[in-house]
Amino acid sequence: MFRHRSLIICLALLGVLFLNAAAEAQKSMTVQVREGQLRATPSHFGKITAKTYYGDQVTVLEEKGDWKRVSVEDGKGQGWMHGSALTSKRTVLKAGRSRAGTSVSQDEIALAGKGFSEEVEKEYRKNNANLDYAWINRMETIVISPRQMENFIEDGRLVLRNEGGRP
Amino acid sequence: MKKQFRKSLTMLMMLAAMTGCAAMEQATTVATVVGEATGTISRQQGESIRKSSKAVAKSLEDFTPEQEYYIGRTVGAVVLTKYGPLNDDRANTYLNTMGQALARVSDMPELFAGYHFLVLDSDDINAFATPGGHVFITRGLIRCCRTEDELAAVVAHEIGHVQLQHGMSAIKKARRTEALSVLVREGAKSFGTKEIAQLNDIFGGVITDITNTMINNGYSRSYEYQADAAALSIMKRMNYNPRALPDMLNVMAKQIKPGGTDFAKTHPLPQNRIAALKKNDQFVGETETPDVRKNRFMKAVGHLL
Repeated sequence: MFRHRSLIICLALLGVLFLNAAAEAQKSMTVQVREGQLRATPSHFGKITAKTYYGDQVTVLEEKGDWKRVSVEDGKGQGWMHGSALTSKRTVLKAGRSRAGTSVSQDEIALAGKGFSEEVEKEYRKNNANLDYAWINRMETIVISPRQMENFIEDGRLVLRNEGGRP
Repeated sequence: MKKQFRKSLTMLMMLAAMTGCAAMEQATTVATVVGEATGTISRQQGESIRKSSKAVAKSLEDFTPEQEYYIGRTVGAVVLTKYGPLNDDRANTYLNTMGQALARVSDMPELFAGYHFLVLDSDDINAFATPGGHVFITRGLIRCCRTEDELAAVVAHEIGHVQLQHGMSAIKKARRTEALSVLVREGAKSFGTKEIAQLNDIFGGVITDITNTMINNGYSRSYEYQADAAALSIMKRMNYNPRALPDMLNVMAKQIKPGGTDFAKTHPLPQNRIAALKKNDQFVGETETPDVRKNRFMKAVGHLL
């Protein structure tokens, strides 16, 4: 009898392993950058086909080096994203962005990305009026266009190796 | 019966080791259900296992990328209060173009709000990288560079610190625990003015932890060697000459003032960094710096040298 039970437990636990392996093939991930780009090719220079935002859930369809081809769940589109823009952490990153159909509990949503925020920064600035945020804002607006960067690389006889999956 | 329970616990441990932490909660839940169904554990035992594994999962939560960004902004503001910005479009655009390209080939090309670079108007030899991707380099450090490749070595070293998350690791353990426990309470929606005040205090503490390490005491020496190693691999991926890192360090060795409060205090001696690089024989793939890079470097930052 006991032996029989052990067998059931063993099979059930093995089942969990295989379920996880199956989930791996079609895994759901979360966007962890403020604004992410879905690209036509696995490269930072690939044409942008759609945009995703912090906390969005995506489904991974294919992987090529560090790049993942993903689909956005509300059908906005498909495209390549660099793996560092995504996380497999289950906690939703931003409150109020969860959609029906995602398997996230209310508890996890509540736990998500509040904490140190714009409001906390505002409060800190009130008490530390000497701090220079003007240049933080200014440096964050410096934008380098893809064309500028391509020229910089070509003219300087440089390459972007390890971009992952570039033809 | 007890034996059976122990057996299933052992199996659960093995399973946890195999599937890793992320699947732990899920595995615990399934195994607990199995245990209950087969009668090896009571429903009550099952409930308590479920509760404790959930608590573990919560205590493992870390700061989100969005929070790292806000920490980074304020750390950057503190840096800018010690060292003023250099309002020089030519130099800053050049630094940002090079920095963005280097970040692309790093192990962490994407950050919550991306990477941003700024020259600091100071003769000190210093550089900083915040957890939010704000990278600062003083004029004094640019003066240690004679070519674009040498400046790329400096920038790649800072990107290395971001990629290895050295800034966040400067937060004291007790502070991290306190912060995360308050955040869990925030999640529980019992968040009142007391908790908000507490969160503001903890934020101040986090900023102090990071800036004290970054500006005053320096990271551990081993972190600096790790950032040097990361810099070399980033440079090689772009075809920059890896030899430029020790070349720059040689110039720094001559210019650095012993007893200074800059790199002299916060970094290992340039000579020791060169020795560490040599020991690990990381100069494979040495290339030349072509004239075109030498020329555009002079055009962009020559007036600062």
